[in-house]
Amino acid sequence: MAGTVKKATREAYGEGLVELAAKYPNLIVLDSDLAAATKTVTFKKAYPDRFFDCGIAEQNMMSIAAGLATSGKQVFASSFAMFAAGRAFEQIRNSIGYPHIPVKIGATHAGISVGEDGATHQCCEDIALMRSIPGMTIICPADVVETIKAMHAVMELNGPAYLRLGRLAVPVLFDNAYEFKIGKGVQLLEGDDVSIIATGILVSAALEAAEILKDDGIKARVINISTIKPLDKEIVLKAAAETGAIVTAEEHNIIGGLGSAVCEAVCETQPVPVVRVGINDEFGKSGPALELLEIYGLTGKNIASKAKEALAIKAKA
Amino acid sequence: MDALKKKQLLIAATKIRMAVIEGTYHAKSGHPGGSLSIADVLAFLYFDKMRIDPSNPAWPERDRLVLSKGHTAPALYGALALRGYFPQDDIPTLRKVDSHLQGHPDMKGTPGVDMTTGSLGQGVSAATGMALAAKIDGGQRRVYAILGDGELEEGQVWEAAMFAAHKKLDNLCIVIDYNDLQIDGTLDEVNSPYPIPEKFKAFGFNVIEIDAHDMEQIEAAFNAAEACKGKPTAIIQKSIKGKGVSFMENQVNWHGSAPNKEQYEQAMNELKAQLKLYEEAV
Repeated sequence: MAGTVKKATREAYGEGLVELAAKYPNLIVLDSDLAAATKTVTFKKAYPDRFFDCGIAEQNMMSIAAGLATSGKQVFASSFAMFAAGRAFEQIRNSIGYPHIPVKIGATHAGISVGEDGATHQCCEDIALMRSIPGMTIICPADVVETIKAMHAVMELNGPAYLRLGRLAVPVLFDNAYEFKIGKGVQLLEGDDVSIIATGILVSAALEAAEILKDDGIKARVINISTIKPLDKEIVLKAAAETGAIVTAEEHNIIGGLGSAVCEAVCETQPVPVVRVGINDEFGKSGPALELLEIYGLTGKNIASKAKEALAIKAKA
Repeated sequence: MDALKKKQLLIAATKIRMAVIEGTYHAKSGHPGGSLSIADVLAFLYFDKMRIDPSNPAWPERDRLVLSKGHTAPALYGALALRGYFPQDDIPTLRKVDSHLQGHPDMKGTPGVDMTTGSLGQGVSAATGMALAAKIDGGQRRVYAILGDGELEEGQVWEAAMFAAHKKLDNLCIVIDYNDLQIDGTLDEVNSPYPIPEKFKAFGFNVIEIDAHDMEQIEAAFNAAEACKGKPTAIIQKSIKGKGVSFMENQVNWHGSAPNKEQYEQAMNELKAQLKLYEEAV
């Protein structure tokens, strides 16, 4: 399934917006002086009359998005995850979340793979922030195909959504036959020894981990959870029941993200050991993205080793 | 402004003030001071200026009003009830469990509320977004936002002002309720946003300064705002916090406290006397 072609999900975001514009005449795209980086520039070139640059003022942008949406516009508001979820958190909470206005937030440059820009721009807290807002849908696509499909899906969603996208080119995992549904996890590999539940760019690492484990005679189930909220509890609890051990993998702080969401779900009804792979509650640093992923353990190799830890805990129980 | 219209608007403003006292008294909390200072402008907007249809609150072509200083919801609720968006009997349910009249405006719950507000600075941005939408659609819709003067200390207000002027949103008219009092004292004692007119001029606004309690000046200002093309307008209305209730006027402690029974009765008696004067005027 995993291909060798690599492309960043932010690239798909720009192309996806152009695709959506033809279908949705009320689509408006906002950015905050990052169009070249978030790739909304692709949309800007195709539909200059439907693109508005708010300048470096993300808080204003989010409330403007809310105002536009109350007047019949379908809005994608774009920035880096740090400045969308982080700086404008309270605007998203009060202007968008509380009135449940269907603004879609396209947050690129999420996670440590921002790379050289360093800790101020490496947002590993956005899932935690967005998860705490009632009614917010959070989608972290694994590749460009899933990104485009998720964008189409959120247009039909009558509520706010946060789309978590990345800067780094990542493997294209899916083809057009891939079925995306908001709130549905997808099992990518069958296995009964341990489950690897991954999101975003770590889905490809999870598949690598399964290959490594296979060589050791361990059959790992791999699940792609792209919709982090609402979480597909059914697929998570089934994995807990059938494999008895879980590893989560995400490019986010282990506090508040996918790992926390999975822990919360299994603890309530189907407790099994859950080992979380992610940023271990620390700030990042500058460096090439691939090197940082190695340093912070966001690799297939580390996921495989954590899977063995989860298996050891399971064996003791 | 003809005498009959002026009389009707003054009656409406007084009834809005009575709703403010009624609501905050029964709620035993709320913000009467800043609610009383915007009663006149709300009366003018809801009973004269705005193109609205209370029987169809979601009419897409309506003018919008965003109460960016959302804590003065009691005045907005008074205006909406009086205009027929919901029963007057709802006013005493303000801030109570299961009432649609939340402590701060909730567009999902209350008919006629165009935007959920309460966190200062955000309403003016949302209004700017509404004005942008109206420009995109090319219709006649106008958007009004009412801000507190203390609210000008929020940086987001100036982000919105910069954007509105840059995009030439002449269908946006913001009102600054300049009563010179905020929770911790006078504006100058807390963190001066002065000079207010010069700041908005520098941001590219058409600026109009008026007396907030003079209906003729209010009308002239909104007409001038509508006539101004190519830039948004900021109407800075010099107001009296607590206007209409003698013991609340210019008293900072009435920013966020409710009248007790005795104070409620005195306030209502004063307002009833004003109402009688207006009703008897020719």
